[in-house]
Amino acid sequence: MSGPSTYVPSNGFTRWLDARLPIVRLGYDSFVAYPTPRNLNYWWTFGAILSMMLVVQLVTGIVLAMHYTPHVTLAFASVEHIMRDVNWGWLLRYMHANGASMFFVAVYVHIFRGMYYGSYKAPREILWILGVLIFLLMMATAFMGYVLPWGQMSFWGATVITNLFSAIPLVGEPIVTWLWGGFSVDNPTLNRFFSLHYLLPFVICGIVILHVWALHVVGQNNPTGVEVKSEQDTVAFTPYATLKDAFASVAYLVLFGWFLFWVPNFMGHPDNYIEANAMVTPAHIVPEWYFLPFYAILRAIPDKLGGVIAMFGAIAVLFVLPWLDTSKVRSATYRPMYRTFFWVLVVVAIVLGWLGSQAVSDETVRWSQVLTAYYFFHFLVILPVLGLIEKPKPLPESITAAVLAKTSVH
Amino acid sequence: MTMILSGSKLGFAAAAAAVLGLGLALAAPASAEEAHGPVIEKQSWSFAGPFGRFDKGQLQRGYKVYKEVCSSCHSMKLAAFRTLADEGGPGFTADQAKALAATVKVPDGPNDAGDMFERPGRPSDRFPSPFPNEQAARSAMNGALPPDLSLMGKARAVHRGFPWFVFDAFLQYQENGPDYVYNLLTGYEDAPHGITCADGLQYNKAFLASTCIAMPPPLSDGQVTYDDGTPGTLQTYARDVSAFLMWAAEPKLEQRKQTGLKVMLFLVVFAGLLYFSKRKLWSTVPH
Repeated sequence: MSGPSTYVPSNGFTRWLDARLPIVRLGYDSFVAYPTPRNLNYWWTFGAILSMMLVVQLVTGIVLAMHYTPHVTLAFASVEHIMRDVNWGWLLRYMHANGASMFFVAVYVHIFRGMYYGSYKAPREILWILGVLIFLLMMATAFMGYVLPWGQMSFWGATVITNLFSAIPLVGEPIVTWLWGGFSVDNPTLNRFFSLHYLLPFVICGIVILHVWALHVVGQNNPTGVEVKSEQDTVAFTPYATLKDAFASVAYLVLFGWFLFWVPNFMGHPDNYIEANAMVTPAHIVPEWYFLPFYAILRAIPDKLGGVIAMFGAIAVLFVLPWLDTSKVRSATYRPMYRTFFWVLVVVAIVLGWLGSQAVSDETVRWSQVLTAYYFFHFLVILPVLGLIEKPKPLPESITAAVLAKTSVH
Repeated sequence: MTMILSGSKLGFAAAAAAVLGLGLALAAPASAEEAHGPVIEKQSWSFAGPFGRFDKGQLQRGYKVYKEVCSSCHSMKLAAFRTLADEGGPGFTADQAKALAATVKVPDGPNDAGDMFERPGRPSDRFPSPFPNEQAARSAMNGALPPDLSLMGKARAVHRGFPWFVFDAFLQYQENGPDYVYNLLTGYEDAPHGITCADGLQYNKAFLASTCIAMPPPLSDGQVTYDDGTPGTLQTYARDVSAFLMWAAEPKLEQRKQTGLKVMLFLVVFAGLLYFSKRKLWSTVPH
């Protein structure tokens, strides 16, 4: 996809610069001339939306860090100082907190889009793996960020999740002590979480660059799943994709703004407005919504180590997804059976999330077990077998052929 | 399923619904609902909704209830006297806030001789706490600790459960806190048959944490004399002080909602312009 560069420096300065550091060429080739399939739908705008959300989180986070104090006696009060005394501090904090949720909404859409259209298949395996890595880093970053306000859920969430590592045989306890920097979640824990919460987003940025690089080498997948065959299958990234992405991003900001300005605490937990107290355990300790499906998987397994393995396995299985799906056809549009199973998986993930939010009872555990089993069954059995038994619909000859067939019907 | 899968348009509608569902279903304000949680009657609040604003008179009355009743046991450590005169608040003048601050004694020091001393409060001072520390509070309160009220408007909520929380996102229901406080303050009743509260505890039908609460009924008719002639009933006290606690928890609520209106108007217009530009650009490219 990244063919020979078509960039022509237009004046003396850019010619001079181009001979020394072809950075304008890089930008031109990547975001102007870059050919993008003409049939991309709006699900493909979530890459741009995610880039925007990453920038929102970085900018608000860096300014918040100027006013925040990572100390157990001051953290809670410093967040309230931001909310009350810092100019537009309430906006910064609500943007950052709701921004995290909107980041996850977008990343889940992006992941499911990749699954629906088979975007992980050759030659896009590395692209996909980098994406899962970003997802994993996002989870680590978000988890540590949630600890920083030092509310009750911050503290107890941190206690529960770090305690999971104690399930590791032999070295579990020492690892937890090492993670905490002491014998319980305390000031050293808060300090290192703050440090890592500031560090990891830059690691994410680095992997995002690799993700975009890999994307620009293999080119974008598209709703037909048929590779680009000729120039007429594509349009230039700018202005076509740029403008479409810009519209989708602003539309997404409307959704973001709805929560940010009018229901900023909808995604949060009221207990986190109570300062952390090691002597008082909340009635139910629950993570943020975006962890709930994984939390349900964790709680589904009665054995602690088994639960931890299942939870991490639920993410680990995504890394090998490109090799679990044996079908040669990418897009679910041409895979009638896969399409059904895809939607079942979406529903399973949502219900698992709901189960993760519920208090533990025999019934929720039973359902969590059934759905956890199905989750793994989907990846480990259905996908490999489906590729062998499913009869895909005939694929269009090319993207252009598919587009013309569609537009002539209308 | 088959119907949904029959057309790509429908498929996308389903996907959109699923995505929205993902966002909302998982946004379940996390912890689970007790099987028999307290029933909270929703109240109507002037600060609800996208155009919501605090009722200044109500906040001033609420402040009076807080000052004369609540503050004898509860602290409100995060609120400063100066904020009483801030925009979007109870609407006291700067001089009034100064005078209210001057009514309290604030420990300060050390002075040049190295001694601690008391001085009249200044607008920059936070509201004084009734007890010097938690132990003193518990010792005076029969072992119970009256919680700090700074964030009470946001720190309590009865969990809504499915499907209500989905509607809440669309209807912008964010007043669970004041609704809860109001219901709690008016929720004292004789314990129903079969429930006995331990000595020093009272039955409260709205109490979230347990069946019986350590706080004795704090409000009763005629307890506080309002300056604006509003009848002093338990209900008005409870409603006014709940509104005041919401303001104390979220003093920038008005600024947030007003800013939101402007930003959202801009975003919607901008999105519209981008949409039509995009349509025009793509109109020559079948896609």
